[in-house]
Amino acid sequence: MAYNDKVLEHYEKPRNVGSMDKNDLQVGTGMVGAPACGDVMKLQIRVNENGIIDDAKFKTFGCGSAIASSSLVTEWIKGKTIDQALSIKNKDIAEELALPPVKIHCSVLAEDAIRSAVEDYRKKQQKGGVDANRV
Amino acid sequence: MKLPIYMDYQATTPVDPRVLEVMVPWFTEKFGNPASRSHPFGWEAEQAVERARAEIATLIGADPREIVFTSGATESNNIAILGIARFHKSRGNHIITTVIEHKAVLDTCRHLESEGFEVTYLPVGTDGRLDPKRLADAINERTILVSVMAANNEIGVIQPLEEIGAICRKRQVHFHTDAAQGVGKMPLDVQALNLDLVSISGHKIYGPKGIGALYVRRRPRVRLQAVMFGGGHERGMRSGTLPTPLIVGLGAACAICSREMAAETARITALRQRMQEGIMKQLTHVAINGSTEYRLAGNLNISFAYVEGESLMMAIKDIAVSSGSACTSASLEPSYVLRALGVNEELAHTSIRFGLGRFTTEEEVDYAVRTVVDAVNRLREMSPLWEMVQEGIDLDSVRWAQH
Repeated sequence: MAYNDKVLEHYEKPRNVGSMDKNDLQVGTGMVGAPACGDVMKLQIRVNENGIIDDAKFKTFGCGSAIASSSLVTEWIKGKTIDQALSIKNKDIAEELALPPVKIHCSVLAEDAIRSAVEDYRKKQQKGGVDANRV
Repeated sequence: MKLPIYMDYQATTPVDPRVLEVMVPWFTEKFGNPASRSHPFGWEAEQAVERARAEIATLIGADPREIVFTSGATESNNIAILGIARFHKSRGNHIITTVIEHKAVLDTCRHLESEGFEVTYLPVGTDGRLDPKRLADAINERTILVSVMAANNEIGVIQPLEEIGAICRKRQVHFHTDAAQGVGKMPLDVQALNLDLVSISGHKIYGPKGIGALYVRRRPRVRLQAVMFGGGHERGMRSGTLPTPLIVGLGAACAICSREMAAETARITALRQRMQEGIMKQLTHVAINGSTEYRLAGNLNISFAYVEGESLMMAIKDIAVSSGSACTSASLEPSYVLRALGVNEELAHTSIRFGLGRFTTEEEVDYAVRTVVDAVNRLREMSPLWEMVQEGIDLDSVRWAQH
């Protein structure tokens, strides 16, 4: 499949590959997809005391579009508030990377990964006794 | 060494320069219609066609009169299966094939189901081979045709044709084999194997695209109904003007195979072993799909666990290969052949088919090994599954959110 340059660029130089300590209270971890479907995304966010996502990391098992979608999302959410991050829609990702219809599910997965990471972070904050509404 | 490197010889092969050379005059100065009986243009073309017919027949131990020219193995499969089924439907309506056949066989059988035929799709073992006993048990008094491929296009696994042929002959059932991948790459003798019909492709054996042949046994005579109607060419089995240059090319390609198959198989087998060992020595969690014993020399199908096939192909873009991953096809299902072997979906997504052939060099193999090993290591570092496995998590115990 011939990819456009943006996908290739992210695929060849993926941003923010890696892992953060998933036990850190400031870190939210989202894991979406399934190996049997051919794609699994792990997205981690670290939220600082001002409610800003100051770091994001990903690891992805999946095709080039899946890797590019996760890489792009880590770039976009860094420096944003949680609500701003949640406002990113799969359509924005698909448009930015010019994904063909058969690859749209990769962008859906990336959007899900943001939600899943935020959910994990909020859960931890509640458990940790911190007012989650603050962020 | 020139990049990109071609390692997709099961998809197609380049025309051997020796083949092209003998084809050329038949496009221009010797352009006659082999069916023209009234002048030398036709006569010389007919002679060339008959020479090619003999070259093809020799390769599979047949008589030249048993060779019918077609546009390729897909058409040969259609003529064989539709032709036998429709001609013999008063005798029975049952056909047996396997789940790992090429789509040209499977889709033709599916179509026949809509014409009232019953088709049994036999499973294969984890090594990709059909158990002849299963076949023997599946044959009933209504069975008119068994169609089992010689060698599989994805995994290169060779079927037990001799055993299958013996069963079919004993039970008086027609035996067809789709030998698009097998002809010219493994010994194939229609007498020894009791084959009634054999599909042959030109472009898989360094001949041109757009030409193929169907072997149709004369003794005992195999009768079939034509699919294409017209001038009654090829003894009525396949009407249409014969493409002399393509036929000459197919003949020349078969002649080279007859001469060089033994040496070529030995050379390519050594290359495949070199590749396999190079990869397996440097990477863990890799598995070869399909039997390594009964296998075409030039096929290496490997699953690289925790690395998705399409992303791996992107990482080794200097090497032209194909993948069993869903992401490379229009559908989102991973390879039905690998699934039939019991390869789980996750591993099917991680498979790559390396196809080696006549023009593959040791240098290319070594380059491919280095590139693949580097890419797999890099992508595993990026894979959440690999990370979990390193942490000792059993992936089967994880409840994944299916989507």
